[in-house]
Amino acid sequence: MVDHASAVAHAHDPNIGTTGLDNRKVGMWAFLGSDCMFFGSLIGTYLAYKGKSISGPLPHQVFDIPLTSYSAALLLASSLTMVLALAALQESRVKKAAGWLFVTAMLGLHFVLNQVYEFTTFALHHGLKLSTSLFGSTFFVLTGFHGAHVTGGVIWLLILVMLALRGKIDARDYTKVEIAGLYWHFVDIVWIAIFTVIYLIP
Amino acid sequence: MATQAAFMHGSKAETETFWGTVWSWLTTVDHKRIGILYGTSAFIFFLVGGIEALIMRLQLARPDNTLVGPERFNELFTMHGTTMIFLAVMPLSAAFFNYMIPLMIGARDVAFPRLNALSYWIFLSGALFLNSSWLFGMAPDGGWFGYANLTTTQFSPRHTIDFWMLGLQILGLSSMLAGFNFLVTIINMRAPGMTLMRMPVFVWMSFVTQFLIVLAFPAITVALILLMFDRFFGTLFYEPAAGGDPLLWQHLFWIFGHPEVYILILPAMGIVSEVLPTFARKPLFGAPVVIYSGIMIGFFGFGVWSHHMFSVGMGPVADAAFSISTMLIAVPTGVKILNWIGTLWGGSIRFKAPLYFSLGFIAMFTMGGLSGVMHASPPVDLQQTDSYFVVAHFHYVLFGGSIFGLFSGIYYWWPKITGKMLDDTLGRWHFWTMLIGFNMTFFPMHYLGLIGMPRRIYTYAPDLGWNHWNLISTIGSFLIGVSLLFFIVNVFRTRRSGAVAGNDPWDARTLEWSIPSPPPVYNFARIPQVHDRDDFWLQKYGDGHGGAPRPKPAPVTAAEIAAIHMPDTSFWPLLLALALAVMVSGLMISMVQVVIGGLLTLWLMYKFAMELHRPAAGHGH
Repeated sequence: MVDHASAVAHAHDPNIGTTGLDNRKVGMWAFLGSDCMFFGSLIGTYLAYKGKSISGPLPHQVFDIPLTSYSAALLLASSLTMVLALAALQESRVKKAAGWLFVTAMLGLHFVLNQVYEFTTFALHHGLKLSTSLFGSTFFVLTGFHGAHVTGGVIWLLILVMLALRGKIDARDYTKVEIAGLYWHFVDIVWIAIFTVIYLIP
Repeated sequence: MATQAAFMHGSKAETETFWGTVWSWLTTVDHKRIGILYGTSAFIFFLVGGIEALIMRLQLARPDNTLVGPERFNELFTMHGTTMIFLAVMPLSAAFFNYMIPLMIGARDVAFPRLNALSYWIFLSGALFLNSSWLFGMAPDGGWFGYANLTTTQFSPRHTIDFWMLGLQILGLSSMLAGFNFLVTIINMRAPGMTLMRMPVFVWMSFVTQFLIVLAFPAITVALILLMFDRFFGTLFYEPAAGGDPLLWQHLFWIFGHPEVYILILPAMGIVSEVLPTFARKPLFGAPVVIYSGIMIGFFGFGVWSHHMFSVGMGPVADAAFSISTMLIAVPTGVKILNWIGTLWGGSIRFKAPLYFSLGFIAMFTMGGLSGVMHASPPVDLQQTDSYFVVAHFHYVLFGGSIFGLFSGIYYWWPKITGKMLDDTLGRWHFWTMLIGFNMTFFPMHYLGLIGMPRRIYTYAPDLGWNHWNLISTIGSFLIGVSLLFFIVNVFRTRRSGAVAGNDPWDARTLEWSIPSPPPVYNFARIPQVHDRDDFWLQKYGDGHGGAPRPKPAPVTAAEIAAIHMPDTSFWPLLLALALAVMVSGLMISMVQVVIGGLLTLWLMYKFAMELHRPAAGHGH
């Protein structure tokens, strides 16, 4: 009986569809397409209100470009470690994969903590809050939603680490980790857009 | 194997008791059952929205009427619009997506069955949340479009707008989750040989609709998030005193809102494209062109939003650009209407209830389309905007279009879904009373608008010349109510003593008619091999040019059926939707509830994800 059931399960992976792609992967791409529109609307709002604040502080008075560049570097580096984690999993080196996933999560966590530090500095030292000006509203909501995406990614990665350490993930689960990777890279790329639009364009 | 045994034999015993039946519906992941849940809920909300409309029509039946006051009237038109769009037409379409897409593409279920159940339960919780506002005496009153800055705390200090804003957010989540699911289903779950251009046109129009849903809803999600931050956390997005621009809301809302119009009409266009060939016994005239037109409509649908905003003074360049794109989008729509008429041309037409509703769709939608093209011209639009002319226009496309199309689908697919035929005579009574009632209600509104009656007024003075047209409109609206009684009686009579349908009562063309009615839980005992569009028809009759009918596939063996593996039921979707509702409603009660609901949601997402983690390993236990 068991043999029969597993034979059925192995004969045809139910996740692979007509196009030969994995359903979950196609689904993640659809979600990322949708999320582009989400961040597009937020970035559009930021640009529409750029320079429209009627009271300070103004962007160039509060930004700490070196710190934010460091944060951006952390996030970009985490894309590399994500790829290394996947490569290790493909070779069935689960412990190594878990290690790289953990490094990825820690880089993401570092980014989020930097953001918390940045937000607190803005609020306490510069008096810039959500309700201070249009700049405050648009800045905190846009970067905050990106930070929330990173936080979600960190939780996802830590769960994968936990599962890998408990032996519940191996090379067969490559696609599951790859999907987390797709999401993670997307969040990185969005940060490049946000970093450019908010911090680099004067 | 235990799973399969339960699915083959045990499920029947399990559903014999009342609570067993309830439990099996609460935990179902079967796309057909979820489709029935969507359809039933949507029809109930359609009646609720209809009652709201009838109260408004009673109030407007004569001048200086005092049945409801201005505040109540605001609540009624806000909830009528919101209900009909998000709780009636969209979920009715979703009912057909759910039930029909897997059957029409030769699949056993959607790509993510549990996600599908989750979409439904989130939809239901959002719908109940929105309507619970009536119980608290805080029904939303800012219009279905919720224009800033009517919705800021300064002008709407009570929870009315919160119910609307959070309710829409929940419903949007449900639509987007379903959108991802159907996109993947259509891309990846087609039977072998079912190339994209061999897909039934209903599936194609649904496909375009899902793209619109997943790409347009994020815009309203952001608009609502900004509103939520304004109302709860003191941001200034829609606050003119701080330099904020209320037009930001209008742009974000209509970037969503115009694709939404096509989200509401494209599924109905798909239904009509299935019904006409079946009842004219001819292939859909120029089917690829109908498909391309649908894609064009979806594409241009993102480039016309500002025609809803001509009257705000965007300047001549923006007005001209959106005017041209709006006139352009009428072209593929017109192409489709010609194709539908071409399908009927020279066909051996059988006048049955589904065909009546499809013909009603073509006629009424054409009228709505013509009055719509008028608005594409900014000077004309400035005359018509905010008048009853606009109310007439969008009811001709949304009622005359979507609702007639959806009823056509209901009459067409009812035998497939229930195994019994709806009575055709009652169906025709339903059609004619609805058609006459609809035109009595909405045609006079064109004239009322042109002689100056504004929208959204709760009453009017007796000497304006609007009295008798308003009375006729009210009588017409009650005739629509009567027409729905014919439908409801028909449903109950059919349930008791309807004729048995058989597999293929309409002698139809697409795959769903090749299997029993109602279909078995696994849909297709053997996944079909597809060679052409209208494959099932060619199997029956050949190509109509002397070619022999395609050989019938060999009979299915018991071993094949025993080897079918269907997904297990799951209660995580229901629990997850509940936790989400706890979190969202907490925004109006206390942050503690938001945090508890949020943590609960996260934990349930984890359980949901882990339920099927490596199911192959679990089989050994």
